[in-house]
Amino acid sequence: MNSFFAQEVPLSWYLMLSAILFSLGVVGFLIKRNLITMFMSIELMLNAVNLSFVTFAQQWHAVKGQIFVFFVMVVAAAEAAVGLAIIISVFRARATLAVDRIDLMKL
Amino acid sequence: MHLILFFVFAGFCLAGAINLLVQSHPISSALSLIVVMTSLAVLYLMLGAEFLAAAQVIVYAGAIMVLFTVVVMLLNAGREARTLSSRAAWVVGFPAVATILAVIATVILHLQGMGVATLSNGSTSTITSTAEVGTVLFTKLLLPFEVTSVLILIAILGAVALARPGNGEGTAGK
Repeated sequence: MNSFFAQEVPLSWYLMLSAILFSLGVVGFLIKRNLITMFMSIELMLNAVNLSFVTFAQQWHAVKGQIFVFFVMVVAAAEAAVGLAIIISVFRARATLAVDRIDLMKL
Repeated sequence: MHLILFFVFAGFCLAGAINLLVQSHPISSALSLIVVMTSLAVLYLMLGAEFLAAAQVIVYAGAIMVLFTVVVMLLNAGREARTLSSRAAWVVGFPAVATILAVIATVILHLQGMGVATLSNGSTSTITSTAEVGTVLFTKLLLPFEVTSVLILIAILGAVALARPGNGEGTAGK
């Protein structure tokens, strides 16, 4: 094992990974036309933000970042339950998951 | 050792996230999102957040993604179609997202260069432990913790009320 692989991971790499994951989530939210997949992209963005929270918690040796991630997880669980119930309700009313055809409130 | 683990699981993360975008079937997207979340749990473990790694696997990769896959199967979601607004999103969305990513990357690299926050792993000994998280959570933050439990309860009741058959059709149809 040479010295390159023995060294620690710089924390800025975690932040870069978090930024890239967040951007991929935004891209997914924009280009996906399926209601469920768009919702999954939102979950991806939440996860990316969680990663940067944990990274900063490690950086400052503070426990608050981890606790914030815990609360984000709880709220994400609630959000997923309510959001998927809304998706089921929308599907029952419109019989489609394509967001282009769920345009009742569009001008 | 940490570097190899980081590269492997960051690669899994990125591959899963890109696969989420590329796949046109929702169930494939859901499965690749599970890969992303499980790899993130390993990264949390490397960052010294054991409790969050376990919670990530149980809550995200377990409960939430099971919910997603069940809904995908329940609604029998098929392949999505490429439409006109989809192409518009490609044209407008990619430059905007590239700009966002560039700005964030600049800020991070700037922080690192300026030495404002020396972004380096201090030591291998992780300070924050599960016991510390629990202590803070159940003493200083007891009220927010209880409030979130009430939030979860309300969310479950709301989900049941929303998804119940015979509730949406009468009002949502009009």
